Amino acid sequence: MDITIISEANNDSLHPVTAQMVGAASSIGGPISVICPGGFGSVEAAKIAGVSKVISVEGDCFDSYDSMAWSGAIEPFIEGDLVLTSSSTLGREISSAIAAKKGFPVVQDITSLNDGISVTRSIFSGKAIEEVEVSVPCALSIRANAFQPAEVGGEAAISTVNVSQQVSVAVKEALAKAGERLDVAEADIVISGGRGMGNPSNFSHLYELADEIGAAVGASRAAVDTWEEIPHSMQVGQTGKTVTPNLYIAVGISGAIQHLAGMRSSKYILAINKDPEAPIFGVADYGIVATWEESIPALKEHLSAIMSD
Amino acid sequence: MGVAVLLKQVPDTTAKISVSGSRVDESAITKWAISPYDEYALESAVALKESGMDELVAITCGPQRASKCLTEAASVGADRLIHILTDADFMDSCTLQSILSSAIQRSGCDIVLCGKQAADTNSGSTGPGVASLLGYTCVGSVTEISMDGGKISATRLGNTGLEKIEVAGPCVFTFDKGEVELRRPNVRGIMMAKKKPIESIGTKELGIEIGSPKASLKSHFSPPEKPPGQKFEGAGSIEIVVGKLRDEANVI
Repeated sequence: MDITIISEANNDSLHPVTAQMVGAASSIGGPISVICPGGFGSVEAAKIAGVSKVISVEGDCFDSYDSMAWSGAIEPFIEGDLVLTSSSTLGREISSAIAAKKGFPVVQDITSLNDGISVTRSIFSGKAIEEVEVSVPCALSIRANAFQPAEVGGEAAISTVNVSQQVSVAVKEALAKAGERLDVAEADIVISGGRGMGNPSNFSHLYELADEIGAAVGASRAAVDTWEEIPHSMQVGQTGKTVTPNLYIAVGISGAIQHLAGMRSSKYILAINKDPEAPIFGVADYGIVATWEESIPALKEHLSAIMSD
Repeated sequence: MGVAVLLKQVPDTTAKISVSGSRVDESAITKWAISPYDEYALESAVALKESGMDELVAITCGPQRASKCLTEAASVGADRLIHILTDADFMDSCTLQSILSSAIQRSGCDIVLCGKQAADTNSGSTGPGVASLLGYTCVGSVTEISMDGGKISATRLGNTGLEKIEVAGPCVFTFDKGEVELRRPNVRGIMMAKKKPIESIGTKELGIEIGSPKASLKSHFSPPEKPPGQKFEGAGSIEIVVGKLRDEANVI
Protein backbone atom coordinates (compact mmCIF):
# COMPACT_ATOMS: atom_id res chain seq x y z
CA MET A 1 0.00 0.00 0.00
CA ASP A 2 1.29 3.49 -0.82
CA ILE A 3 1.67 5.45 2.39
CA THR A 4 1.96 9.22 2.73
CA ILE A 5 3.24 10.71 5.96
CA ILE A 6 2.76 14.38 6.75
CA SER A 7 5.69 15.29 8.94
CA GLU A 8 5.50 17.20 12.18
CA ALA A 9 7.94 20.02 12.81
CA ASN A 10 9.37 21.32 16.04
CA ASN A 11 10.20 24.91 15.07
CA ASP A 12 12.59 24.43 12.11
CA SER A 13 13.52 20.85 12.81
CA LEU A 14 11.75 17.53 12.63
CA HIS A 15 9.66 16.40 15.59
CA PRO A 16 10.60 12.88 16.82
CA VAL A 17 7.02 11.70 16.16
CA THR A 18 7.84 11.74 12.43
CA ALA A 19 10.24 8.79 12.79
CA GLN A 20 7.53 7.05 14.86
CA MET A 21 5.07 7.53 11.97
CA VAL A 22 7.60 5.90 9.65
CA GLY A 23 7.95 3.08 12.19
CA ALA A 24 4.18 2.61 12.24
CA ALA A 25 3.99 2.73 8.43
CA SER A 26 6.75 0.13 8.06
CA SER A 27 4.60 -2.37 9.94
CA ILE A 28 1.98 -2.07 7.18
CA GLY A 29 4.50 -2.16 4.34
CA GLY A 30 4.66 -0.35 1.01
CA PRO A 31 6.50 2.69 -0.35
CA ILE A 32 6.53 5.56 2.15
CA SER A 33 6.67 9.17 1.07
CA VAL A 34 6.99 12.02 3.55
CA ILE A 35 5.51 15.46 2.90
CA CYS A 36 7.17 18.26 4.86
CA PRO A 37 4.77 21.26 5.11
CA GLY A 38 6.75 24.47 4.76
CA GLY A 39 9.85 22.39 4.08
CA PHE A 40 10.66 22.13 7.79
CA GLY A 41 12.84 19.13 8.61
CA SER A 42 12.96 17.74 5.06
CA VAL A 43 16.69 16.96 5.20
CA GLU A 44 16.24 15.03 8.45
CA ALA A 45 13.17 13.24 7.07
CA ALA A 46 15.17 11.98 4.09
CA LYS A 47 17.57 10.27 6.47
CA ILE A 48 14.94 8.12 8.17
CA ALA A 49 15.32 4.48 7.14
CA GLY A 50 12.39 3.21 5.09
CA VAL A 51 11.42 6.54 3.52
CA SER A 52 11.38 6.31 -0.27
CA LYS A 53 10.89 9.99 -1.06
CA VAL A 54 10.47 13.36 0.59
CA ILE A 55 8.36 16.16 -0.83
CA SER A 56 9.17 19.55 0.61
CA VAL A 57 6.05 21.66 0.06
CA GLU A 58 6.99 25.31 0.37
CA GLY A 59 5.17 28.62 -0.01
CA ASP A 60 4.12 31.83 1.72
CA CYS A 61 1.03 30.14 3.15
CA PHE A 62 3.25 28.30 5.65
CA ASP A 63 4.39 31.58 7.29
CA SER A 64 1.40 31.54 9.63
CA TYR A 65 -1.11 28.84 10.50
CA ASP A 66 -4.31 28.44 8.54
CA SER A 67 -5.34 24.77 8.65
CA MET A 68 -7.38 24.97 5.44
CA ALA A 69 -4.61 26.76 3.52
CA TRP A 70 -2.04 24.23 4.74
CA SER A 71 -4.16 21.22 3.91
CA GLY A 72 -5.11 22.71 0.54
CA ALA A 73 -1.42 23.17 -0.26
CA ILE A 74 -0.48 19.65 0.81
CA GLU A 75 -3.41 17.68 -0.59
CA PRO A 76 -2.37 17.59 -4.29
CA PHE A 77 0.86 15.78 -3.35
CA ILE A 78 -0.81 12.95 -1.47
CA GLU A 79 -0.60 9.77 -3.51
CA GLY A 80 -0.97 7.23 -0.74
CA ASP A 81 -4.04 5.26 0.27
CA LEU A 82 -2.97 5.61 3.86
CA VAL A 83 -2.24 9.11 5.16
CA LEU A 84 -0.51 9.46 8.53
CA THR A 85 -0.11 12.55 10.70
CA SER A 86 0.76 13.09 14.33
CA SER A 87 -2.13 13.53 16.76
CA SER A 88 -0.98 17.00 17.81
CA THR A 89 -3.59 19.73 17.43
CA LEU A 90 -2.10 20.60 14.05
CA GLY A 91 -1.88 16.96 12.96
CA ARG A 92 -5.52 16.35 13.82
CA GLU A 93 -6.70 19.46 11.99
CA ILE A 94 -4.68 18.71 8.87
CA SER A 95 -5.69 15.04 8.76
CA SER A 96 -9.38 15.89 9.28
CA ALA A 97 -9.36 18.54 6.57
CA ILE A 98 -7.54 16.36 4.05
CA ALA A 99 -9.67 13.31 4.84
CA ALA A 100 -12.87 15.31 4.36
CA LYS A 101 -11.61 16.71 1.04
CA LYS A 102 -10.67 13.29 -0.25
CA GLY A 103 -13.68 11.45 1.19
CA PHE A 104 -11.43 9.30 3.41
CA PRO A 105 -12.49 8.30 6.91
CA VAL A 106 -10.17 9.63 9.62
CA VAL A 107 -9.37 8.03 12.98
CA GLN A 108 -7.43 10.13 15.48
CA ASP A 109 -4.83 9.46 18.11
CA ILE A 110 -4.29 5.76 17.48
CA THR A 111 -2.01 3.79 19.79
CA SER A 112 -1.74 0.62 17.70
CA LEU A 113 -2.01 -0.17 14.01
CA ASN A 114 -2.51 -3.59 12.47
CA ASP A 115 -2.92 -4.87 8.96
CA GLY A 116 -6.43 -4.93 7.84
CA ILE A 117 -6.63 -2.01 8.87
CA SER A 118 -7.50 -2.20 12.51
CA VAL A 119 -6.48 0.38 15.10
CA THR A 120 -6.90 0.94 18.83
CA ARG A 121 -7.30 4.26 20.59
CA SER A 122 -8.35 5.42 23.99
CA ILE A 123 -11.75 7.01 24.52
CA PHE A 124 -13.21 8.95 27.46
CA SER A 125 -9.61 10.16 27.96
CA GLY A 126 -8.46 6.69 28.88
CA LYS A 127 -11.45 5.33 30.81
CA ALA A 128 -11.93 2.83 27.96
CA ILE A 129 -10.24 1.68 24.76
CA GLU A 130 -11.85 1.07 21.39
CA GLU A 131 -10.81 -1.07 18.49
CA VAL A 132 -11.88 0.28 15.10
CA GLU A 133 -11.71 -1.30 11.68
CA VAL A 134 -11.04 1.24 8.94
CA SER A 135 -11.42 0.76 5.20
CA VAL A 136 -8.66 1.91 2.86
CA PRO A 137 -8.08 4.66 1.70
CA CYS A 138 -8.04 6.44 5.04
CA ALA A 139 -6.25 8.96 7.24
CA LEU A 140 -4.92 8.19 10.72
CA SER A 141 -3.20 10.31 13.32
CA ILE A 142 -0.83 8.59 15.69
CA ARG A 143 -0.18 9.32 19.34
CA ALA A 144 3.37 10.42 20.15
CA ASN A 145 5.52 7.78 21.86
CA ALA A 146 3.07 4.96 21.09
CA PHE A 147 5.09 3.53 18.17
CA GLN A 148 8.72 2.48 17.82
CA PRO A 149 10.59 5.03 15.71
CA ALA A 150 12.28 3.97 12.48
CA GLU A 151 16.05 4.15 12.62
CA VAL A 152 18.22 6.79 11.02
CA GLY A 153 20.00 5.57 7.89
CA GLY A 154 18.00 6.39 4.78
CA GLU A 155 18.92 8.41 1.75
CA ALA A 156 15.65 9.40 0.16
CA ALA A 157 15.54 11.96 -2.64
CA ILE A 158 14.01 15.32 -1.73
CA SER A 159 11.86 17.13 -4.26
CA THR A 160 10.86 20.69 -3.56
CA VAL A 161 7.60 22.15 -4.80
CA ASN A 162 6.45 25.73 -4.51
CA VAL A 163 2.78 26.32 -3.94
CA SER A 164 0.58 29.31 -3.49
CA GLN A 165 -2.58 29.17 -1.47
CA GLN A 166 -4.95 31.84 -0.28
CA VAL A 167 -4.66 32.46 3.47
CA SER A 168 -7.88 33.50 5.24
CA VAL A 169 -6.66 33.68 8.83
CA ALA A 170 -4.83 36.94 9.49
CA VAL A 171 -2.61 37.00 12.58
CA LYS A 172 -3.03 40.45 14.14
CA GLU A 173 -1.02 40.15 17.30
CA ALA A 174 1.08 37.62 19.17
CA LEU A 175 -0.26 37.71 22.73
CA ALA A 176 2.05 35.26 24.45
CA LYS A 177 4.78 33.00 23.25
CA ALA A 178 4.35 29.29 23.57
CA GLY A 179 5.60 28.18 26.98
CA GLU A 180 9.34 27.67 27.26
CA ARG A 181 8.55 24.73 29.45
CA LEU A 182 8.06 21.20 28.26
CA ASP A 183 4.51 20.26 27.39
CA VAL A 184 2.94 17.64 29.68
CA ALA A 185 1.77 15.66 26.65
CA GLU A 186 5.31 15.16 25.40
CA ALA A 187 7.53 14.88 28.47
CA ASP A 188 9.07 11.63 29.76
CA ILE A 189 8.51 12.75 33.34
CA VAL A 190 5.52 14.80 34.50
CA ILE A 191 5.11 16.33 37.95
CA SER A 192 1.58 17.51 38.68
CA GLY A 193 0.23 19.49 41.57
CA GLY A 194 -3.29 19.62 42.90
CA ARG A 195 -5.25 21.74 45.31
CA GLY A 196 -3.26 20.10 48.09
CA MET A 197 -0.43 22.46 47.12
CA GLY A 198 -2.30 25.06 49.19
CA ASN A 199 -1.81 28.04 46.92
CA PRO A 200 -0.56 28.62 43.36
CA SER A 201 2.72 30.22 44.41
CA ASN A 202 3.73 26.87 45.89
CA PHE A 203 3.89 25.48 42.34
CA SER A 204 7.31 27.19 42.18
CA HIS A 205 8.61 24.21 44.18
CA LEU A 206 7.31 21.87 41.48
CA TYR A 207 8.94 23.98 38.73
CA GLU A 208 12.27 23.90 40.57
CA LEU A 209 12.12 20.15 40.91
CA ALA A 210 11.02 19.79 37.28
CA ASP A 211 13.92 21.92 36.05
CA GLU A 212 16.30 19.80 38.06
CA ILE A 213 15.20 16.53 36.45
CA GLY A 214 13.94 17.69 33.04
CA ALA A 215 10.26 17.16 33.71
CA ALA A 216 7.09 18.97 32.66
CA VAL A 217 4.71 20.42 35.23
CA GLY A 218 1.01 19.58 35.12
CA ALA A 219 -1.97 20.27 37.33
CA SER A 220 -5.31 18.79 38.32
CA ARG A 221 -8.55 20.32 37.14
CA ALA A 222 -9.28 21.45 40.70
CA ALA A 223 -6.04 23.44 40.73
CA VAL A 224 -6.68 24.97 37.28
CA ASP A 225 -10.26 25.89 38.18
CA THR A 226 -9.36 27.33 41.58
CA TRP A 227 -6.29 29.38 40.68
CA GLU A 228 -6.13 31.54 37.59
CA GLU A 229 -2.31 31.51 37.78
CA ILE A 230 -2.41 27.86 36.72
CA PRO A 231 -3.28 27.80 32.98
CA HIS A 232 -5.53 25.23 31.36
CA SER A 233 -2.62 24.12 29.15
CA MET A 234 -1.25 22.42 32.28
CA GLN A 235 -4.41 20.49 33.03
CA VAL A 236 -4.14 16.71 32.99
CA GLY A 237 -7.40 14.80 32.78
CA GLN A 238 -10.58 14.43 30.83
CA THR A 239 -11.08 18.09 29.94
CA GLY A 240 -7.34 18.64 29.70
CA LYS A 241 -4.53 16.54 28.33
CA THR A 242 -4.11 12.79 28.35
CA VAL A 243 -0.54 11.94 29.24
CA THR A 244 1.52 8.74 29.05
CA PRO A 245 4.97 9.59 30.43
CA ASN A 246 7.41 7.03 31.81
CA LEU A 247 7.00 8.55 35.25
CA TYR A 248 4.06 10.58 36.56
CA ILE A 249 4.48 12.21 39.96
CA ALA A 250 1.21 13.43 41.53
CA VAL A 251 1.63 15.80 44.45
CA GLY A 252 -1.32 16.89 46.56
CA ILE A 253 -3.79 15.43 44.04
CA SER A 254 -6.60 13.40 45.54
CA GLY A 255 -7.40 11.64 42.25
CA ALA A 256 -10.81 12.59 40.89
CA ILE A 257 -12.02 10.18 38.22
CA GLN A 258 -11.43 12.78 35.45
CA HIS A 259 -7.82 13.14 36.53
CA LEU A 260 -7.19 9.41 36.78
CA ALA A 261 -8.54 9.01 33.24
CA GLY A 262 -5.90 11.35 31.87
CA MET A 263 -2.85 9.86 33.59
CA ARG A 264 -3.53 6.24 34.46
CA SER A 265 -1.74 4.94 31.34
CA SER A 266 1.54 6.44 32.53
CA LYS A 267 4.18 3.73 32.78
CA TYR A 268 4.89 4.38 36.47
CA ILE A 269 2.97 6.55 38.90
CA LEU A 270 4.31 8.00 42.13
CA ALA A 271 1.65 9.62 44.32
CA ILE A 272 2.36 11.85 47.29
CA ASN A 273 -0.61 12.83 49.43
CA LYS A 274 -1.11 13.44 53.11
CA ASP A 275 -4.47 11.68 53.06
CA PRO A 276 -3.87 7.90 53.18
CA GLU A 277 -7.38 7.33 51.75
CA ALA A 278 -6.87 9.49 48.62
CA PRO A 279 -8.11 7.63 45.49
CA ILE A 280 -4.85 8.50 43.68
CA PHE A 281 -3.17 5.72 45.69
CA GLY A 282 -5.42 3.24 43.90
CA VAL A 283 -3.58 3.77 40.59
CA ALA A 284 -0.11 4.52 42.00
CA ASP A 285 2.78 2.08 41.68
CA TYR A 286 4.43 3.87 44.57
CA GLY A 287 2.46 5.84 47.15
CA ILE A 288 3.89 8.00 49.88
CA VAL A 289 1.65 9.32 52.65
CA ALA A 290 3.27 12.67 53.41
CA THR A 291 2.86 16.41 52.93
CA TRP A 292 4.34 18.14 49.89
CA GLU A 293 6.31 20.46 52.16
CA GLU A 294 8.30 17.52 53.53
CA SER A 295 8.41 15.51 50.32
CA ILE A 296 9.54 17.91 47.63
CA PRO A 297 12.89 18.85 49.21
CA ALA A 298 13.62 15.16 49.82
CA LEU A 299 12.59 14.22 46.27
CA LYS A 300 14.78 16.96 44.87
CA GLU A 301 17.76 15.83 46.89
CA HIS A 302 17.51 12.15 46.04
CA LEU A 303 16.37 12.46 42.42
CA SER A 304 19.05 14.94 41.48
CA ALA A 305 21.70 12.82 43.24
CA ILE A 306 20.70 9.78 41.16
CA MET A 307 20.19 11.61 37.90
CA SER A 308 23.54 13.38 38.06
CA ASP A 309 25.34 10.02 38.50
CA MET B 1 -25.74 36.56 9.38
CA GLY B 2 -26.48 33.60 11.65
CA VAL B 3 -24.28 31.60 13.97
CA ALA B 4 -24.59 27.84 14.42
CA VAL B 5 -23.30 25.93 17.41
CA LEU B 6 -22.70 22.18 17.23
CA LEU B 7 -23.43 20.38 20.49
CA LYS B 8 -22.70 16.79 21.40
CA GLN B 9 -24.24 14.99 24.32
CA VAL B 10 -21.73 12.88 26.25
CA PRO B 11 -21.67 11.10 29.60
CA ASP B 12 -20.89 13.58 32.37
CA THR B 13 -17.11 13.64 32.86
CA THR B 14 -17.52 12.37 36.43
CA ALA B 15 -19.25 9.21 35.15
CA LYS B 16 -17.59 5.87 35.58
CA ILE B 17 -17.34 4.09 32.24
CA SER B 18 -17.88 0.34 32.37
CA VAL B 19 -17.69 -2.12 29.52
CA SER B 20 -20.04 -5.04 29.17
CA GLY B 21 -20.20 -7.40 26.20
CA SER B 22 -17.44 -5.48 24.36
CA ARG B 23 -19.46 -2.24 24.40
CA VAL B 24 -19.47 0.70 26.79
CA ASP B 25 -22.49 0.12 29.00
CA GLU B 26 -24.69 3.16 28.36
CA SER B 27 -27.39 1.98 30.74
CA ALA B 28 -24.91 2.43 33.62
CA ILE B 29 -24.50 6.11 32.77
CA THR B 30 -26.86 8.18 34.87
CA LYS B 31 -25.93 11.69 33.82
CA TRP B 32 -25.51 13.06 30.32
CA ALA B 33 -24.31 16.56 29.55
CA ILE B 34 -23.18 18.87 26.77
CA SER B 35 -19.55 18.00 26.01
CA PRO B 36 -17.42 20.48 28.04
CA TYR B 37 -15.63 22.17 25.11
CA ASP B 38 -18.97 22.55 23.32
CA GLU B 39 -20.19 24.49 26.36
CA TYR B 40 -17.50 27.08 25.72
CA ALA B 41 -18.60 27.22 22.08
CA LEU B 42 -22.21 27.73 23.20
CA GLU B 43 -21.26 30.51 25.61
CA SER B 44 -19.34 32.30 22.86
CA ALA B 45 -22.16 31.79 20.37
CA VAL B 46 -24.58 33.46 22.79
CA ALA B 47 -22.12 36.35 23.21
CA LEU B 48 -21.82 36.72 19.41
CA LYS B 49 -25.59 36.83 19.09
CA GLU B 50 -25.75 39.51 21.76
CA SER B 51 -23.20 41.55 19.84
CA GLY B 52 -25.46 41.65 16.81
CA MET B 53 -25.68 38.38 14.90
CA ASP B 54 -29.13 37.64 13.56
CA GLU B 55 -29.86 34.21 14.82
CA LEU B 56 -28.33 31.47 16.97
CA VAL B 57 -29.01 27.95 15.73
CA ALA B 58 -28.13 24.98 17.96
CA ILE B 59 -27.54 21.69 16.16
CA THR B 60 -27.07 18.23 17.61
CA CYS B 61 -26.82 14.79 16.06
CA GLY B 62 -27.66 11.74 18.13
CA PRO B 63 -30.42 9.66 19.72
CA GLN B 64 -33.58 11.04 21.32
CA ARG B 65 -31.89 11.80 24.66
CA ALA B 66 -29.59 14.33 22.92
CA SER B 67 -32.47 16.79 22.54
CA LYS B 68 -31.77 17.85 26.13
CA CYS B 69 -28.63 19.66 24.87
CA LEU B 70 -30.81 21.74 22.60
CA THR B 71 -33.24 22.69 25.36
CA GLU B 72 -30.28 23.71 27.49
CA ALA B 73 -28.96 25.82 24.63
CA ALA B 74 -32.38 27.44 24.27
CA SER B 75 -32.40 28.32 27.97
CA VAL B 76 -29.35 30.53 27.47
CA GLY B 77 -30.50 32.06 24.20
CA ALA B 78 -30.51 29.71 21.17
CA ASP B 79 -33.27 30.75 18.74
CA ARG B 80 -33.61 27.61 16.64
CA LEU B 81 -33.03 24.02 17.61
CA ILE B 82 -32.18 21.32 15.09
CA HIS B 83 -31.92 17.66 16.08
CA ILE B 84 -30.66 15.17 13.53
CA LEU B 85 -31.98 11.91 14.89
CA THR B 86 -29.67 8.92 14.58
CA ASP B 87 -29.41 5.76 16.59
CA ALA B 88 -26.02 4.57 15.39
CA ASP B 89 -23.67 3.79 18.28
CA PHE B 90 -20.72 4.51 16.01
CA MET B 91 -20.45 6.69 12.93
CA ASP B 92 -17.47 7.14 10.64
CA SER B 93 -16.15 10.68 10.22
CA CYS B 94 -17.36 10.94 6.59
CA THR B 95 -20.98 10.17 7.47
CA LEU B 96 -21.13 12.39 10.55
CA GLN B 97 -19.47 15.32 8.83
CA SER B 98 -21.70 15.16 5.78
CA ILE B 99 -24.77 15.10 8.04
CA LEU B 100 -23.57 18.12 10.02
CA SER B 101 -22.46 20.10 6.95
CA SER B 102 -25.77 19.53 5.32
CA ALA B 103 -27.62 20.68 8.46
CA ILE B 104 -25.42 23.79 8.65
CA GLN B 105 -26.12 24.58 5.01
CA ARG B 106 -29.84 24.22 5.65
CA SER B 107 -29.58 26.58 8.63
CA GLY B 108 -27.99 29.22 6.40
CA CYS B 109 -25.31 30.01 8.99
CA ASP B 110 -21.83 30.89 7.84
CA ILE B 111 -20.28 31.15 11.28
CA VAL B 112 -20.05 27.82 13.09
CA LEU B 113 -18.82 27.19 16.63
CA CYS B 114 -18.05 23.83 18.24
CA GLY B 115 -15.74 22.25 20.82
CA LYS B 116 -12.20 21.34 19.78
CA GLN B 117 -13.01 17.71 20.58
CA ALA B 118 -15.74 15.71 22.29
CA ALA B 119 -15.23 14.34 25.79
CA ASP B 120 -16.23 10.80 24.78
CA THR B 121 -14.38 10.09 21.52
CA ASN B 122 -11.59 12.65 22.09
CA SER B 123 -11.08 12.95 18.34
CA GLY B 124 -11.33 16.55 17.18
CA SER B 125 -12.15 15.67 13.56
CA THR B 126 -15.55 17.32 13.31
CA GLY B 127 -14.68 21.04 13.24
CA PRO B 128 -11.96 20.97 10.58
CA GLY B 129 -13.74 18.19 8.64
CA VAL B 130 -16.99 20.12 8.41
CA ALA B 131 -15.10 23.30 7.46
CA SER B 132 -13.33 21.40 4.72
CA LEU B 133 -16.60 20.00 3.30
CA LEU B 134 -18.31 23.40 3.39
CA GLY B 135 -15.30 25.28 2.00
CA TYR B 136 -15.16 27.43 5.15
CA THR B 137 -12.05 28.65 6.94
CA CYS B 138 -11.27 26.86 10.20
CA VAL B 139 -9.69 28.31 13.33
CA GLY B 140 -8.92 25.85 16.13
CA SER B 141 -8.21 26.07 19.89
CA VAL B 142 -10.10 29.36 20.27
CA THR B 143 -10.57 30.81 23.76
CA GLU B 144 -12.24 34.13 22.96
CA ILE B 145 -14.20 35.53 20.05
CA SER B 146 -15.75 38.87 19.17
CA MET B 147 -17.35 40.54 16.19
CA ASP B 148 -16.55 43.96 14.85
CA GLY B 149 -18.24 45.07 11.66
CA GLY B 150 -18.26 42.10 9.30
CA LYS B 151 -15.07 40.68 10.72
CA ILE B 152 -14.58 38.22 13.51
CA SER B 153 -11.54 38.33 15.75
CA ALA B 154 -10.54 35.49 17.97
CA THR B 155 -7.83 34.51 20.40
CA ARG B 156 -6.37 31.12 19.64
CA LEU B 157 -3.59 28.97 20.93
CA GLY B 158 -1.49 28.60 17.76
CA ASN B 159 1.71 26.62 17.23
CA THR B 160 3.85 29.49 18.37
CA GLY B 161 1.72 30.71 21.25
CA LEU B 162 -1.41 32.69 21.99
CA GLU B 163 -2.44 34.82 18.99
CA LYS B 164 -5.11 37.30 18.11
CA ILE B 165 -6.40 36.51 14.63
CA GLU B 166 -9.01 37.93 12.27
CA VAL B 167 -11.19 36.18 9.73
CA ALA B 168 -13.53 37.57 7.11
CA GLY B 169 -16.08 35.22 5.57
CA PRO B 170 -17.51 31.84 6.51
CA CYS B 171 -15.60 30.07 9.25
CA VAL B 172 -15.71 27.20 11.74
CA PHE B 173 -14.20 28.01 15.15
CA THR B 174 -13.35 25.15 17.49
CA PHE B 175 -13.20 26.03 21.19
CA ASP B 176 -10.81 25.28 23.98
CA LYS B 177 -11.42 25.98 27.64
CA GLY B 178 -10.62 29.63 28.29
CA GLU B 179 -11.14 32.32 30.87
CA VAL B 180 -14.73 32.81 29.78
CA GLU B 181 -17.29 32.31 32.54
CA LEU B 182 -20.17 30.01 31.49
CA ARG B 183 -23.55 31.58 32.13
CA ARG B 184 -26.30 29.78 34.02
CA PRO B 185 -29.81 29.97 32.62
CA ASN B 186 -32.34 31.98 34.62
CA VAL B 187 -35.81 30.72 35.48
CA ARG B 188 -37.44 32.62 32.62
CA GLY B 189 -34.90 31.14 30.21
CA ILE B 190 -35.61 27.62 31.43
CA MET B 191 -39.41 28.11 31.14
CA MET B 192 -39.15 29.57 27.63
CA ALA B 193 -36.79 26.78 26.54
CA LYS B 194 -39.29 24.09 27.53
CA LYS B 195 -41.76 25.54 25.04
CA LYS B 196 -39.27 26.01 22.23
CA PRO B 197 -39.96 23.57 19.39
CA ILE B 198 -37.19 21.23 18.27
CA GLU B 199 -36.90 20.61 14.55
CA SER B 200 -36.33 16.88 14.39
CA ILE B 201 -35.00 15.66 11.07
CA GLY B 202 -33.81 12.34 9.75
CA THR B 203 -30.69 11.85 7.68
CA LYS B 204 -32.83 11.09 4.59
CA GLU B 205 -34.45 14.53 4.77
CA LEU B 206 -30.96 15.99 4.68
CA GLY B 207 -30.30 14.05 1.51
CA ILE B 208 -27.76 11.76 3.16
CA GLU B 209 -27.76 8.14 2.11
CA ILE B 210 -25.97 6.11 4.74
CA GLY B 211 -24.02 3.52 2.80
CA SER B 212 -21.63 0.92 4.08
CA PRO B 213 -19.48 2.42 6.82
CA LYS B 214 -15.87 3.34 6.07
CA ALA B 215 -14.92 2.73 9.69
CA SER B 216 -16.65 0.45 12.15
CA LEU B 217 -16.40 -0.31 15.81
CA LYS B 218 -15.11 -3.79 16.58
CA SER B 219 -15.02 -3.62 20.36
CA HIS B 220 -14.68 -1.55 23.48
CA PHE B 221 -12.61 -2.77 26.37
CA SER B 222 -11.46 -1.49 29.74
CA PRO B 223 -7.87 -0.41 30.20
CA PRO B 224 -5.75 -3.15 31.78
CA GLU B 225 -5.99 -3.17 35.57
CA LYS B 226 -2.80 -2.33 37.39
CA PRO B 227 -1.54 -4.58 40.15
CA PRO B 228 -1.77 -2.87 43.55
CA GLY B 229 1.14 -0.55 44.23
CA GLN B 230 3.50 -0.22 47.17
CA LYS B 231 2.63 2.27 49.89
CA PHE B 232 4.97 4.04 52.28
CA GLU B 233 4.50 6.26 55.33
CA GLY B 234 6.17 9.63 55.65
CA ALA B 235 8.68 11.66 53.67
CA GLY B 236 11.49 9.62 55.23
CA SER B 237 10.64 6.85 52.76
CA ILE B 238 11.46 9.00 49.73
CA GLU B 239 15.03 7.79 49.50
CA ILE B 240 13.79 4.19 49.31
CA VAL B 241 11.15 5.05 46.70
CA VAL B 242 13.61 6.96 44.54
CA GLY B 243 15.87 3.90 44.68
CA LYS B 244 12.97 1.76 43.49
CA LEU B 245 12.21 4.18 40.64
CA ARG B 246 15.76 3.58 39.47
CA ASP B 247 16.20 -0.13 40.21
CA GLU B 248 12.71 -1.64 39.86
CA ALA B 249 11.02 0.72 37.44
CA ASN B 250 14.07 1.90 35.51
CA VAL B 251 12.43 5.22 34.75
CA ILE B 252 15.14 7.54 36.04
